[in-house]
Amino acid sequence: MKDSNIAIKAEHLGKCYRIGLKDDMHDTFGASVWNFLKSPLGNYQKYRSLYNFDDIKPDQEAAPSDVTWALRDISFEIKVGEIVGIIGVNGAGKSTLLKILSRITPPTIGKASLKGKVCSLLEVGTGFHQELTGRENVYMNGTILGMRKKEIDKKFEEIVEFSGVEKFIDTPVKRYSSGMRVRLAFAVAAHLEPEILLIDEVLAVGDARFQKKCLNKMQDVSRQGRTILFVSHNMPSITSLCPRTILLDAGGVLADGPSQDVVKAYLHSEKSSKAIREWPVLEDAPGDDVVRLCAMRVKTEDGQTTESVEARQSFGIEIEYEVLQYKKILLVYFYVMNDEGIEVFRSFQSDLSSQIGPFKPGRYVSTAWIPGNFLGEGFLYVSPTIRTRFPGTPHVRLKEAVVFQVVPNLDCDSATGDYFPLGKRRYGVVRPLLKWESNFTQSKPQTFVAEVEK
Amino acid sequence: MSSESLTIIEPKSGWQVIDFQELKEYRDLFYFLVWRDFKVLYAQTILGFSWALIHPFVQIVLFTIIFGKIANISTDGIPYVLFSSVAIIPWTYMSHSMTQSSHSLIQGQQMLGKVYFPRILFPITPVLSRTVDFGISIFIVLCLMVYFKVSPTWNLALFPIFLVYMMAIPCGIGLWLSSLAIRFRDVKQAMPFLIQMLMYTAPIVYTASSIPENYRILYSLNPIVGVIEGFRACLLGIPIPWSYVLPGMMTSVLLLLSGAYYFKRMERIIVDVI
Repeated sequence: MKDSNIAIKAEHLGKCYRIGLKDDMHDTFGASVWNFLKSPLGNYQKYRSLYNFDDIKPDQEAAPSDVTWALRDISFEIKVGEIVGIIGVNGAGKSTLLKILSRITPPTIGKASLKGKVCSLLEVGTGFHQELTGRENVYMNGTILGMRKKEIDKKFEEIVEFSGVEKFIDTPVKRYSSGMRVRLAFAVAAHLEPEILLIDEVLAVGDARFQKKCLNKMQDVSRQGRTILFVSHNMPSITSLCPRTILLDAGGVLADGPSQDVVKAYLHSEKSSKAIREWPVLEDAPGDDVVRLCAMRVKTEDGQTTESVEARQSFGIEIEYEVLQYKKILLVYFYVMNDEGIEVFRSFQSDLSSQIGPFKPGRYVSTAWIPGNFLGEGFLYVSPTIRTRFPGTPHVRLKEAVVFQVVPNLDCDSATGDYFPLGKRRYGVVRPLLKWESNFTQSKPQTFVAEVEK
Repeated sequence: MSSESLTIIEPKSGWQVIDFQELKEYRDLFYFLVWRDFKVLYAQTILGFSWALIHPFVQIVLFTIIFGKIANISTDGIPYVLFSSVAIIPWTYMSHSMTQSSHSLIQGQQMLGKVYFPRILFPITPVLSRTVDFGISIFIVLCLMVYFKVSPTWNLALFPIFLVYMMAIPCGIGLWLSSLAIRFRDVKQAMPFLIQMLMYTAPIVYTASSIPENYRILYSLNPIVGVIEGFRACLLGIPIPWSYVLPGMMTSVLLLLSGAYYFKRMERIIVDVI
């Protein structure tokens, strides 16, 4: 490497995988028997070719049908001491990229050079063994992550203190609660001191307070001139931790620049937020012969489809479906998840109506009205389900069919937005605007009511 | 760790030799893997490490009754208990470590996909961790030697050589089979047969001298034969049958080298194929 200031350099990295092809089906008994007899040969060739890509050219667009490119032509440079976030939708190639850089899997083409000791955190607690005690697992996990025994000896006290499981350090890990296990594993990870740290979405586990502690510890790490590559779905942590972000899409680099800009571009891209989904052709719509989902929309009170809803405003989630069979008692509902994967609520069409009789065949448009001043800001994912009531057979089940965003209003008349001290994100899944009644009680009680709402 | 170390990641290249420098860097991990292996082996058992004695002991008793008393197999004048136990103990070690080593990559696939370390550590870990068992069970042989008043001879000086020879075999086979198993799970199905075949083709329950003269060379190519005959000779003080030992040693060196090469070739693709 010529430039001594560069920690990670990727040049045209590409990675392809073979995907399973459907086996031939035989409709005659004789053909099946023949196929069974010759299957060992076929299997041998199939399993042998799993990692043979000699027939594939990277620039070739029409690749063989059983090959898929998880990454294509990725190039970037990361300077020493930089913290870079990597974002993208599921399947964009984020994890594959980390796996290549951490040498878990080789690239099919291209080259990457990393300067200094590399440590990858693709999972917390790799190598933890149920039967070993906490102390033994600290050593096991630490050495797996590339620490030397001497290093662990030196930091052992600190690690245990950080984890907060001092009392149980000589208890087998199988007796730990899952929270304790994660804390111990995190404590080990937080004390790694490599020059380059590759982190996959590991911060998604553990309780919020402990996460914060780890993030702080990581920020410490970066101040000591370490290079960090950080994959996450959590946009706030990306923007607060990483000055620079790379956006991956379909295996390629879509954007690379200051985090604020890249995250904004990502959030407004079609992929991340989609407030309307329609299936104009009934045969292609999700569902079966009983019922099919035709459309799903997020809309404002005046009927406009919207991708972002202002926190104070009420809005509707609309499900359009077509019932195709008589005498079916259907249950139509959806659930809403937030960015962190927490289910915020679940609503059934039958919640308020006592009518649970069979549905007449035909098209229905049902809208659930969600009040203003209720949801917290951020992205919300709506997943609809339509199932028969008895027995509970699902007909439509679609994960994250529509996505919308709740944005804080700038005036101080909702429970969203930052709060004092400035820049701290407000916790909580819902943001109800509550009426506060505050009584000043002293020897001579005087009552007054502070109305938060004017 | 010097900050000058540079990692270059490129598509897999063909035959590579073992990177001993890297292995040295990961020696602490290797130590803990071995240590974890034997620590976990008898975890939450009542008898603990006694199992290392019970297992060969039961086999010795069974073999002595069936082959020594009922089948009345000739042993060139050695008491059958002694004759079989000297063979069963290294055999138990070899079969266990061979099996464990062959399954090591499949069993550890979760870990392989999450962090990098020289993959070769996995198949060679059981080869070392199982020596603890071996060390404990060799105690049975010592007791029997005292009981039958076998006096140690200068042959014992060769014991370390046979020890290394004994460890090389499961190492070589483990390297081959573990890397084959990542693509072909047939290995797991075939393993019990392989172990059984190896056991009956080695002079564990019978003497090597009962093999017809014309087939001896072919027979001695089986590396297990050399280990068993060598152990017998060096512990019981009979002349070392070099004609059995040397060809077997050659095979095992070949197995080990070819296994290491094949493993290295497969090493980088393990995670993609497993």
